[in-house]
Amino acid sequence: MALTDSQIERYSRHIILKEVGGKGQQKLLNSKVLIIGAGGLGAPIALYLAAAGIGTIGIADADSVDLSNLQRQVIHFTPDIGKPKVISAKEKIQAINPDVQVRTYQQWVSAANIMELISQYDFVVDGTDNFAAKFLINDACVLAGKPYSHGGILQFVGQTITVLPGESTCYRCIFPTPPPKDAIPTCSQAGVIGVLPGVIGSIQATEAIKFLLGKGKLLAGRMLTYDALEMKFRDVTINRNPNCPICGENPTITQVRDELELLTVCDLEKP
Amino acid sequence: MSAYNLDITKDRCPMTFVKTKLKLEELEEGDTLEILLTTGEPLNNVPRTATEQGFTVVETTLVRENIHKVVIRK
Repeated sequence: MALTDSQIERYSRHIILKEVGGKGQQKLLNSKVLIIGAGGLGAPIALYLAAAGIGTIGIADADSVDLSNLQRQVIHFTPDIGKPKVISAKEKIQAINPDVQVRTYQQWVSAANIMELISQYDFVVDGTDNFAAKFLINDACVLAGKPYSHGGILQFVGQTITVLPGESTCYRCIFPTPPPKDAIPTCSQAGVIGVLPGVIGSIQATEAIKFLLGKGKLLAGRMLTYDALEMKFRDVTINRNPNCPICGENPTITQVRDELELLTVCDLEKP
Repeated sequence: MSAYNLDITKDRCPMTFVKTKLKLEELEEGDTLEILLTTGEPLNNVPRTATEQGFTVVETTLVRENIHKVVIRK
């Protein structure tokens, strides 16, 4: 399908790029990306992927917009308070770019639904805020062979890595098991500087776009960390772990499961 | 070998190159694209950017006042 005149104009700055062009833009328009979490990370991820013309964006989050979200979750506006985050996000995505088909999932991802959910997408972006979801997303994507971008933020520090299952380091290669429950600070105790998810989420969106275009060097086998207070980026090469419980030589995890112990960390503490 | 045509005399930067780029993507090795463009900014920039992206400018001719024909080959 040829680009329309308005698409040519909308995506003109992409089309000019040697690495994108009309063909690359067409690839993006034919792509499907699932964003899990419509919060701090999910906000810039969804906004930039929408603007970039990703043809289908899925967005999963069970939560509703709260006043305390607005300091960093830039896809949600003050009048959205009380609205389901996925609906608020969908409205902004469609306002930015009517080319984008939005599928909303007003639910938490769990072992029961995640395999079916990710199977419909080319790339998955983790924009969640708790370890239970992060391990679940890693396990599901590794088992399904689905490439995904991990992102995490706390206080002034963020990290991100792109996982190409079977090819590059996965989250469990680095962290075989979730941290002990007491070691995990809650959202309310820890705090986060509002611009931090903007930086990490934008990098995750960049990785999704590069993966879909098949261009450039992905953040695979390398964990990027960002310290906003020191204003330092570090890029640490991490090899695959032969003892990784899910992608190692003798995997012990062969199906997804919920880390029930960890589910209480953030969102379930809310009234 | 095919020859393509494109008139960008009514377009302004960057749409001049955007439209050129979309046409150039259709070319096979050895095909040519004949572009009509206005003298000045498009004439200065479109052939230069095409060269930077690996194409060859084989001809530049003034066809009438303020309009040039540029032939680019893949």
